Amino acid sequence: MNTLWSWIVAPLAYGFMQRGMLAAMLVGVLCAIIGCYVVLRSMAFLGDALAHAVLPGVAIAYLMGTNLTAGALVAAVVVALLISFFSRQGAIKEDTAIGIVFAAALALGVALISSVRTYAVDLTHIMFGNVLGVSPADLWLIAGIGAAVLLTVLVFYRQFLVVAFDPVLAATQRLPVERLRLLLLLLIALTIVVSLQTVGVGLVAAMLVTPGATAYLLTRRLPAMMTVAALIGAVSSISGLYLSYYINIASGAAVVLVATTIFTVVFLAAPGRGVVWQRGR
Amino acid sequence: MTPSPQMTDKPAHLEVERLTVAYGRRQVLDNVSFRVEFGERVVMVGPNGAGKSTLFKALVGLVKPQSGAIRIHGLSPGAHQDCVAYVPQREEVDWRFPVTVADVVMMGRFGRLGWFRRPTRADRAAVARGMELMGIAHLAHRPIGELSGGQQQRVFLARALAQDPHILLLDEPFTGVDAATQEATLSVLDALRDQHVTIILSTHDLGLAAARFERVLLINRRLIGDGPPAQALSRHLLTEAFGGQVLALPDGSVLVDQCACHQPEPESIVVK
Repeated sequence: MNTLWSWIVAPLAYGFMQRGMLAAMLVGVLCAIIGCYVVLRSMAFLGDALAHAVLPGVAIAYLMGTNLTAGALVAAVVVALLISFFSRQGAIKEDTAIGIVFAAALALGVALISSVRTYAVDLTHIMFGNVLGVSPADLWLIAGIGAAVLLTVLVFYRQFLVVAFDPVLAATQRLPVERLRLLLLLLIALTIVVSLQTVGVGLVAAMLVTPGATAYLLTRRLPAMMTVAALIGAVSSISGLYLSYYINIASGAAVVLVATTIFTVVFLAAPGRGVVWQRGR
Repeated sequence: MTPSPQMTDKPAHLEVERLTVAYGRRQVLDNVSFRVEFGERVVMVGPNGAGKSTLFKALVGLVKPQSGAIRIHGLSPGAHQDCVAYVPQREEVDWRFPVTVADVVMMGRFGRLGWFRRPTRADRAAVARGMELMGIAHLAHRPIGELSGGQQQRVFLARALAQDPHILLLDEPFTGVDAATQEATLSVLDALRDQHVTIILSTHDLGLAAARFERVLLINRRLIGDGPPAQALSRHLLTEAFGGQVLALPDGSVLVDQCACHQPEPESIVVK
């Protein structure tokens, strides 16, 4: 018992571990809750695209010597607006618009980064996260943006529900469907930006989709789905960090692997809604 | 309190005047005009792609007309959406979404609740009444993913009833549902007529249209027939609407072959 306790508290002796744990948990919960909409609206591709598209923003911020997170934030919002603009014209489908904007932004990011030689270390951090490098200021930023995003989800719960489930009904009820979609897109973009530090560009899509998909298999109503997803997100984040500490592997990857393991177990064993059962119907 | 024209409790009447709708360059509705009185019950028939769904969408303001006008109580549709309930075809939503039957029916009340008001006892009563009328009260807490096609249709109808509409628009409510659901729907429509709710319904089933409705709109891009079944579904007009799908039988009746429609098995309907 004593050894288990010391096993748990040992990493927390370090300030950077405490901040890392807290940041990872906040991000895990935030991604999981927003991720429920990503799962239900089949926006996994969009989430991945948005994550990669912040790269030029980070590169420009780095070149200008300003805050990287602020750069990522601006880039994510611009890309979200561009995707919404292109697909709203109706000339091309949304996934095509995403493909174009995402690849262009990524190319711009790589082009900018390739001009800077000393960038390698920071690039790795952006791509795969560096949760142990979270500063107190970063932590405040994550907490602040996270609280704003969750509050918006709560306040507009009913509107997001109708727009996600039945946009036709939403339109007949005079809800501004396009604006609500854009708002959701912005919330996803914000979530991605604050997640970069913990899981990075390459893995944030997994944090958005995997806990939500797992919770979908276990629950029957959206509030329950969000709660269970948040729980899975938090558990994955914390156990991922312990794994990372004790077997010395990259923290972002460890978090995602834990989440994926939980998903796999639930996928195979879920009562009622596992895919095996769905196919059997 | 002075009654404003929008707030009248009198069921709405509806005018469609020279309505033309186009998707890009393709004209879907061409110069369609008709008028539906308070509490009237109208069935709309026509071949696939005739513009029936488009007409419904124009009536609730989901598609913008190229020209022409729609008036409800003499006002444009935007001023009235609270009193118009629209039941779209079932394929328009994702039935694997994690919501229960009661959740979906409650969505019918959201329009009245506005942005931030919490549902009241009256809202919950309307939801319960809608489910009761459609015989799905026992399914209230069931996830919608577990429902049959007929039950899904009943959920959509219960949601429309919970809206307390003056005008009820139903797009193909009988496609792919069981006979019990069809009868339940028709008897609810009978009850609504007694409350002077105006009903417009589209269907592929010409036999049903002729047997259960007193007025038929026959459309294929244009309004081809409008009147009692015997008049609007005459051999002449049916041939005009359905073209080669119409077969005249020796006894004077007409066979409309709707093999081309998206239903699982070919279906033929005889209209006297």
